[in-house]
Amino acid sequence: MIRLWFKSGVPWIWLNAAAVSTCLIMIVGVLGLVAVRGVGHFWPHQVAQFSYQDEGKQPQVIIGEKVETSITPTAMAKSTGFIMADDEDTLVQYLIKTGNRDVTGTDFRWIQKRNIKEQSEPADMMVIERREWGNFYGQLLEVKENGKTIATGEQAWPVLQTKIDEALAIFKQITHLEKKEIGAINYGLERLRLKQRKLELKNSLDDAAKQEIAAEKASYDAEYKQYQVQLAELYQKIRRDSLVAKTESGSTKEIPLAKVVRAFQPNTMSLFDKIAHYGTKVVEFLTDDPREANTEGGIFPAIFGTVMMVMMMSVIVTPFGVIAAVYLREYAKQGFTTRLIRIAVNNLAGVPSVVYGVFGLGFFVYILGGNIDQLFFPEAAPAPVFGTPGLLWASITLALLTLPVVIVSTEEGLARIPSSIREGSLALGATKLETLWLTVLPMASPAMMTGLILAVARAAGEVAPLMLVGVVKLAPTLPLDGNFPFLHLDRKFMHLGFHIYDVGFQSPNVEAARPLVYATALLLVLVIIGLNLAAIIIRNNLREKYRALEG
Amino acid sequence: MSEINSPTKYSSAITLTSGGVHERWRLIKDRLARYGVVVGGLGVIVAIALIFFYLLYVVYPLFLPAKAESVNQYSVPESVAGKTVLLEMEEQNEVAARFTDTGQVVFFQVATGNIISTQPVKIPEGAHIVSFAQGSPINEGAVIFGLSDGKAVVVKHRYKVTYPDNVRLITPSLEYPLGEEPLRIDESGAALDKIAVKIGDNASTIVAKSADKIRLSHFEKEKSLFADEAAVTRTDSVLDYAATDVADILIDKDEHNLYLLSSTGQLGLFDISNQSAPALVNEQNVIEPGQKISSVSFLNGDTSLMIGDSSGLVSQWSKVRDKQNRYAMQKIRAFKVSDKAVAAINSEQRRKGFMTVDEGGMLGIYHSTSEREMIKARIDDSSPVAAALSPRANALLVETGDGKISYWKVDNEHPEVSLRSLWQEVWYESYPKPDYIWQSSSANSDFEPKYSLTPLVFGTLKAAFYAMLVGMPLALMGAIYTAYFMSPKMRQYVKPSIELMGALPTVILGFLAGLWLAPLIEEYLAGLFALFMLVPVIVMLFAYAWQYLPKTVQQRVPEGWESALLIPVILLGSWFAFTVSVPLEAFLFHGTLRDWFKTELGIGYDQRNALVVGIAMGFAVIPTIFSIAEDAIFSVPKHLTVGSLALGATPWQTMIKVVLLTASPGIFSAVMIGLGRAVGETMIVLMATGNTPVMDLSVFQGLRTLAANIAVEMPESEVDSTHYRVLFLAALVLFLFTFIFNTLAEIIRQRLREKYSSL
Repeated sequence: MIRLWFKSGVPWIWLNAAAVSTCLIMIVGVLGLVAVRGVGHFWPHQVAQFSYQDEGKQPQVIIGEKVETSITPTAMAKSTGFIMADDEDTLVQYLIKTGNRDVTGTDFRWIQKRNIKEQSEPADMMVIERREWGNFYGQLLEVKENGKTIATGEQAWPVLQTKIDEALAIFKQITHLEKKEIGAINYGLERLRLKQRKLELKNSLDDAAKQEIAAEKASYDAEYKQYQVQLAELYQKIRRDSLVAKTESGSTKEIPLAKVVRAFQPNTMSLFDKIAHYGTKVVEFLTDDPREANTEGGIFPAIFGTVMMVMMMSVIVTPFGVIAAVYLREYAKQGFTTRLIRIAVNNLAGVPSVVYGVFGLGFFVYILGGNIDQLFFPEAAPAPVFGTPGLLWASITLALLTLPVVIVSTEEGLARIPSSIREGSLALGATKLETLWLTVLPMASPAMMTGLILAVARAAGEVAPLMLVGVVKLAPTLPLDGNFPFLHLDRKFMHLGFHIYDVGFQSPNVEAARPLVYATALLLVLVIIGLNLAAIIIRNNLREKYRALEG
Repeated sequence: MSEINSPTKYSSAITLTSGGVHERWRLIKDRLARYGVVVGGLGVIVAIALIFFYLLYVVYPLFLPAKAESVNQYSVPESVAGKTVLLEMEEQNEVAARFTDTGQVVFFQVATGNIISTQPVKIPEGAHIVSFAQGSPINEGAVIFGLSDGKAVVVKHRYKVTYPDNVRLITPSLEYPLGEEPLRIDESGAALDKIAVKIGDNASTIVAKSADKIRLSHFEKEKSLFADEAAVTRTDSVLDYAATDVADILIDKDEHNLYLLSSTGQLGLFDISNQSAPALVNEQNVIEPGQKISSVSFLNGDTSLMIGDSSGLVSQWSKVRDKQNRYAMQKIRAFKVSDKAVAAINSEQRRKGFMTVDEGGMLGIYHSTSEREMIKARIDDSSPVAAALSPRANALLVETGDGKISYWKVDNEHPEVSLRSLWQEVWYESYPKPDYIWQSSSANSDFEPKYSLTPLVFGTLKAAFYAMLVGMPLALMGAIYTAYFMSPKMRQYVKPSIELMGALPTVILGFLAGLWLAPLIEEYLAGLFALFMLVPVIVMLFAYAWQYLPKTVQQRVPEGWESALLIPVILLGSWFAFTVSVPLEAFLFHGTLRDWFKTELGIGYDQRNALVVGIAMGFAVIPTIFSIAEDAIFSVPKHLTVGSLALGATPWQTMIKVVLLTASPGIFSAVMIGLGRAVGETMIVLMATGNTPVMDLSVFQGLRTLAANIAVEMPESEVDSTHYRVLFLAALVLFLFTFIFNTLAEIIRQRLREKYSSL
């Protein structure tokens, strides 16, 4: 019976079906994993207080968020060195985020469920997000102004909130002054220095020019002094307030409000409060700069860098890709040359991306960039301008990398246009260019769009070549700002994909950064899947359209 | 198509009917556009050629032979000052020094031989020089003169560089690091026949042979907190060694090892780390019987001796630990330099290269580890008196027997790389045996970079192998089912979603593999194995049971939806596999499977290993293989399958005997392209392996691939250095690898397309 069944081949068909199911489970599983972990990060978790006593040690109080639960079977736990009682089947352990890195030295600790004597969620448990040392968990005791206590007990919480808002407003002003205004002055001074050096190199630095430069410099200096005064004032103001809180061990800790991003009491928050909190956190994630070596705060510069790079790349790759496709489909005689080009295109698509990075670094950065520097920016030497990895080179390298995507897609689009349309246009007396420009290309534009979208999706997710030609873990300035010439092609930039690699693997505190990496990964996945779905939809619509045309 | 493409037909029609400026302009535009498009199209070929040739252009200098050319020849400056015992050149190749046997130091211009100054070494009245040696390491510039009254003078030659008026000026001078007063080495006042010195920052050692005894004096500066002048402690000892024959004495830079060589090739190795009681470690013969040692020198780093003999053979001896854990000198390799005796061996100061001059005036420059002969040139016909290699190894001086000094320039950029050193086992100094090692940099300055691409290629292939092992069956089986058995409605959704999998950035897959999957597998290793074994069985059982279910249940699931039905089955099966694995593991292996592997089979476990990479990268190659293979199977002409079915074959038989056979070239090309992708993938391996360049087949060990290596090391490598070029070579290897696979796949695919259209 079974032999007959096997002979019929049915089991093999089922096994093949199982392969498809496995693939589907894998893709859904990966997407689901990233989604669940990425989405969960911003939700305010309850803060629990445990009375905890390890075997043969003093009892202690632990305050923190429960992050992870691990269940180990007895045999395995025994082999890793735990002492297990006979009636215990499993060893349950919790990973608690206890924060307070400045007090205890670590953010996380594992505790065993069997050693927890008591567990509660007191209403006044407070979480403080700080600019240094990660989160703080504890109970608010009092709020101080100029070292004097102004509120304690019940009143302390509302006072704290208003004080934090004040401090945040001042902090915003300080950042604006430091980054925008003083940044612009520094930029101006650097330009002046380069101008002077340029004139020196040309031997045309006469007294008039010198005076002009000195005058400009003086005005910058004056402006700078003024800002310095303002800054000093603001700093004094922001340093005025502080809060005092009790940690898990019962000691008190004074935290200056200048270092506080926000404080909240998750145990008393209603669902709506939590949703609102979630919303602000998501907005912060998308629009803020990173804090604490990229492990906290937002990823705005990475989003911005990715978008800039992808836009630059699109501008470069589209014309070249379309021209190559038009050549292949409309101009070239199908034969050896086209065959060779198709093989070349295919090879371009198959060359490992890191090889593009190597090529980009060697050819674009060192050879092209080095020569540009020598020709046009001799005044900047020995500091390189274009002779160092940067936005321009990254864009060109990725344009080369995504070229085959655009070519293949456009060619497919061109192939679908019925030849009757070309023949009609030519018969009416249009030249080949006019036929192309006025009828064929507009009809093929959705195909080009598809190609471009796929290219963008590919470029947004590519990391290996970018590591060589321009991506950095932390760029002090965005490639686009208010200083002339506004778009700085020579600057290095941040990138979502590299951010994931860097924070997940190179950061000093991987455990604390992990949720943020999941959130970043989720964002990247959403962007890329969105782009790909858009491309698929456009392609399907296109097919329908031509089916109608041909019929 | 071809009629449209031929330009003459329609353009001539237009020119006939029109002649106005506007019409001409239209035609000109048309022609310009044509040229533009043709240039653009051919640009693609240019781009791929540019990548290839640029990589080649960077790599090419690695394999260029070195060049040496004679720049000038002049007679020995100040030849009345005595016979030359040592020639030396400073860093910039501007000033050279000639030490003579009368204790004079003649500084002269390297390029012209013009004398800058002649400075005498302070030697007491009544004594004369009997022996001389150069200190080591060479760039400290210390030399020692052994005197006839049992005393010795240590001198350093120094070069001060100043820039008056923006012009470089080098001023040579002499210094006495151990004081101007000669040091008494032999109390009895016997002449110091042979001598050696090593000057360190805090400690200095002098070893001399006098009255057939080997005497060692060690000077240690003791830094005192309060005194400005450091007190010097001196330790003396006499070595227990038959010293009559000793011709050469060498001390290594750590002042731990002392080598005594007789001209007949007897080598005594002493451990002098305890200066008051030097111990003989080993004594052995280092040359062929009948030959004599004619020249000896340390290789840079002072761990290897280069011993030249009278037959023209230079052999490298290094201290190697033997099986009994004892140190002994071992011959690592030998160079047949000439047929005549080797007159001089000079080592490079920054690499493991050396220069030899033989009795017949033949010059050779070699690199020890790459075993390359870089240069062979004739300086002169007479026997050389002295030779010097500049610190940067880009110039050399040779004084020949006829009283002339020849100044040569050397262009020798990348001696450390040869095809042999890149791909074969290389015996590095102080390693017990030849090995494949990639170790490109270290904090230590006299560290030798080890560029063996073999472990990287091995890692690449290992990662690709495991990825294909996971990805290929899933992708191909999936493709077979999707293309041939799946209902069109389900296929419409399944195909794009699996292709979407290919669009997932690999950085996300790598991150999940490294931070989520690797710890998970470490914990549930047994569960994973159970999964691999149990799930197919469970699927089969389910399929078998399915046919016995009542028809009403069976009809609920239309044909071609089996895989949807199997999703819950597989999920349940996986859950079952993981649950059952826990007690099973405890029962079978008394603890964890990981520990069992370690204790019973001796297989270590890295958290980030080839298994993790295989799964993660398998995931990444599935869409590539699936998509192409599915296309190939799906486009098999329908009349073939219909015919087969009509003749009574079952669907599965049709699949195996007709469809797969017809589509096999397409499937082959799918696998090729998938393999190409696995080989070149960077981020997944970078994040999911420990990036350790080891050659270990074990699935539980890490690896390092060519691509990951480039990503890790490229940003830090110095432009145009050997390391930079070797990394480009790695990129070129990757490029060629994928080029071959892709071209092959593409040609096969084009053939297949033609075949289908003819069917």
